[in-house]
This record gives sequence, structure tokens and C-alpha cells, in this order.
Amino acid sequence: MLSNLAKKMFPKSLWVYHCNSGACNGCDIEILNVLTPFYDVERFGIKLVTSPRHGDVMLISGAVTRPTLPLVKRAYAAMPEPKIVFGIGSCTIGGNMWFDCYNVCGGAEKAVPVNYFVPGCPPRPEAIIYGVALALGLVDKKSAPVELKQMEFPIDMYERKKAWEERNVVYKLLED
Amino acid sequence: MWLTSKIKQVMMALTPGVVTLKYPFEPHPVPPDFRGQPSWDHHKCIGCGGCAAHCPARTIMVRDICQEIRLMLYDGGRCTYCGRCADVCPEDAITMTENYELATENKRDITQSMELFMATCKRCGRCYEHETTNAIDRMSMKGYRYDNLEMRAFIPVSTEHLDTALLEKTEKHKRPEK
Repeated sequence: MLSNLAKKMFPKSLWVYHCNSGACNGCDIEILNVLTPFYDVERFGIKLVTSPRHGDVMLISGAVTRPTLPLVKRAYAAMPEPKIVFGIGSCTIGGNMWFDCYNVCGGAEKAVPVNYFVPGCPPRPEAIIYGVALALGLVDKKSAPVELKQMEFPIDMYERKKAWEERNVVYKLLED
Repeated sequence: MWLTSKIKQVMMALTPGVVTLKYPFEPHPVPPDFRGQPSWDHHKCIGCGGCAAHCPARTIMVRDICQEIRLMLYDGGRCTYCGRCADVCPEDAITMTENYELATENKRDITQSMELFMATCKRCGRCYEHETTNAIDRMSMKGYRYDNLEMRAFIPVSTEHLDTALLEKTEKHKRPEK
């Protein structure tokens, strides 16, 4: 649904504003790597702009630290509607290793609403391209929550025990 | 003269040809030692909790809801993909897959939960035996653990025996907010 909305909202090129909210520079280098001729994202009409007022898409990298929190909020408010926010890296999703740190908000979600998450530490350039392609509706989503169970309940051992107790009750009834 | 040098430049630029990857339309293989999303094998896992104790981002959480059942939750949201969980696993139940295409709009999509059946020791009543030569012994957290899975909070408290009071207490635990 969101990809359809993105197609309608952004029929032409996406202009990307890159917002570093206290990242370690790993994700920033990968974002720059995406713009190189090897991973040419200008195929999709994606262009890096330097001002949030020109951008359609915000790429946040880094867990939002306390000094950058008002700046990130201001940059988000300065972007014209409609806008999409991409969280690049694990820091933006849950805060990575600094999720409980005193100086960190614990993810970009607490500062601005994030539409798409690209996990990785840092994510590969391909993963970032995959996230953009997912937003544009070019590829299908591959991740899904996994639930593993070692054993199905109820376990027959306990059922046997219950049956055993019931049998004892029957014996007691016979005694009376 | 400038024209010949420009022609030379154009020729130099043409020799490598097209280098751009056709990535989203064609798969691109990863390098051999690449660490992608970790995956659990619930048939091999013994539930020692070594991965949870070693995870630098505290992204693997353990909760013992009763004597026999241990819940383990991996939240890919704050995973560093360092591979220490796969390193420390004594049963090689964790493997780092080559899956990196994890982009999603819902961050619940990158979680893995595992429900383990823990056999009880007849002698001590504990879930597993502590050996002095075992790698498990190096863990700082021993016994029953009650992390808050809903709030994704790691609680550094464990008890020797199953404590229902502590379980109820930690169920309501909330991460400190800034």
C-alpha cells in the first residue's frame, strides 16, 4: 500500500536529503557509495541534495543523539510535503548498541516518523538500493517474522501424568 | 592539441565499458565471509543463553516463563551483525546467513522468536548442568532469566530457582525513557 502511495506521490525523481544524526560515518560512506557509478542510483532518478527544503526523501543515519535531536526535527519540518523517511542502519531502528545510552534517543523513530527501515551495520549499498526499490515497488519484500518451536504443546508426558492421576482417582473410588 | 587529449580521455572512458550493476533486477552475490542475518536452528539449540550473554547490543533476550519453557527473542532492530553469537554457540545452532535484503516498513519483520523445551535435571532441578570446563560457565548470567520481550528490554537479573514474583515484576519493566 505504501509503495502505491509512493508511486502516486512521487511520479518523478526522488531527491534525497542525507541527514546524519550522530552516526559513526559507516552508513554515510555506504550512502555515498550508492551514488557512485558502480551502484548508479540515478537510474531511478535519485539525486542527493544538500538542503532539506529541496528534498523529498530523508535518509537518516545514526541513533539520534541528544544534541542533534532538535536539528533533526527542524530538518524534517523544513522538508516539503509529501515526504518519506528512510532509516539507514541498525541505529535508526532500535539504537543499535547504544539503545540504553544516556545520550541517545534509542532510534530515529522517537524523533521523526520513519517509513522504511534498512537494517545493517552498516547496510550494504545493495541493501540500501533494495530498500529504495521496495519503496518504489520494483521488488517484493523478503523479510518476515520467524517463529520457531522446539516442541508442540501439550506434551504427551504431561498428558500421561494426568491420565495416571485420573486412574488413581478411579482406584480410590473403588476402595470406597 | 586539447582536442586529441579529449579524444584520448573519451577512449579511456570507453575501455572499461559499463560497470554499473543491474542490482535490483539481478541478484548480486556477496563476498564469502559476509555476515548477514543470523538464523537459529531450533533443533540444535540447547538454550544455554550464551548468545544472549555475549550479544554486545543485547538484542537476544531470554525469558523463562516456567520450568520447562524458555523463550528466546532475536530483535534484528538493533543487531550489529558482528557474529559473536555464532562464534560462542557451543552447538553451532546459529549461522550467519548471506541474507542482507532486510529492508522493511515494519520493524517486527526482522525478529525471530524461539520457544525451547528445557529438560529438567532430576538431581538439582535446574535446566542444565554447570560444568567447570564448559564454555557456558563463562557466562555472567546464570539460571533463570526474565527479560522483557515486549519492550525489548534486557534485565540483568537472574535467579537460581524459578521465581514467579520476579517474573511478574519484570513483565511490567519499562526501559528508562529520556
